[in-house]
Amino acid sequence: MRIRALLAALLVTVAAAPLLADARDDAKKQVQFGIEVAQRNLWIEALLRWQRAVQIDPTYAAAYNNLAIGYEHEGDLDKARAAYEKALQLEPDNALIKQNYELFKEINDRTSRTNGQ
Amino acid sequence: MTGRAALTVSSCLAVALTAACTSYYEIPVETPIRAKLDVGAFQRVLVAGFLAGGTDEVDGNLETTRLLRSQLRTKSDLRVIDVDVLPLMEVASEGRDSEANGQGAQSALPAVIKDDKDLDAYEHVFANVEYWKKIGEEHQQPLIVTGTVMFTSQANTQMRQTESEITDALGRRRTVPERRLVERKGFGLNGRFIFIDGRTGTTMFSQNFRESVMYDANRQTPALSSYFELMDKLIPSFLATLSSQKIKGTRILLN
Repeated sequence: MRIRALLAALLVTVAAAPLLADARDDAKKQVQFGIEVAQRNLWIEALLRWQRAVQIDPTYAAAYNNLAIGYEHEGDLDKARAAYEKALQLEPDNALIKQNYELFKEINDRTSRTNGQ
Repeated sequence: MTGRAALTVSSCLAVALTAACTSYYEIPVETPIRAKLDVGAFQRVLVAGFLAGGTDEVDGNLETTRLLRSQLRTKSDLRVIDVDVLPLMEVASEGRDSEANGQGAQSALPAVIKDDKDLDAYEHVFANVEYWKKIGEEHQQPLIVTGTVMFTSQANTQMRQTESEITDALGRRRTVPERRLVERKGFGLNGRFIFIDGRTGTTMFSQNFRESVMYDANRQTPALSSYFELMDKLIPSFLATLSSQKIKGTRILLN
């Protein structure tokens, strides 16, 4: 009985592995397309692609990083912060994401140097 | 290798290592920052003047008014009204005198503003809705910028570590760390920008600020130059209140 259960679990894992790999591959395609259009200054399209990428694979840190940059470019700073934080949650040691986030925070600090009422 | 250098080298290595494992693309970005205040209803702006105090080496009222007008002329869509700077201390004194006479008592305001306490005695001028409404009517109901500016000289001491070379009894030279107190002097700039609706005379928004700069005591820095150094730090935020801006930078896209 126990062996059967183990075998079933193994089967599920083996069957799911290609699905996960497929999800990452699909997400990567979206991310790459987003990069290409962003380089042509088509940021709205890029943003849509990166949004789709994180829907397909919610564990893909690079997609969240790019999404954060897209939001920054659109001036949606709250969403940018949330996306950077998600990216860093997924890959806390990624130095490039950290660098982007530090630059983003510098802008926020600069624009809120004084206190408004 | 100092701790700071080690940190720099290790973070560069971390970036290089991450970059080696990932496809990355550097891309220029322009982050739009929306104005904090909706000034769509105004076509003109009047930088009226400031209640200023502190050191008498800089006329905070005149210099702040001039600087903000010139910045708004080049970096805002609003048309800047060029008129004489309002003597707000006199206006505040007149208002207080007439109030005091009405009550049969005389309340004296400090002749010069040396500190925040002196400034407090004049602040009632900003709440004088009728006065600001009248100023607004005289200039076709613009957005009015006013506030307080306190520019003061400051001094403090700071512990600083240096290395000095000594020769021991055997004639050997070596460096030893030496900690000593260093006297510093500089200036502080604090106050408030107040944005008043010229149609109603009421305050729409106010923004506090506080900055300081310190130098070695033997360095001679003119007060006016320090004043501009400090205002340079405040201007981006002041402008961001009135007009949208785009901040240029670069980011790294990853795949």
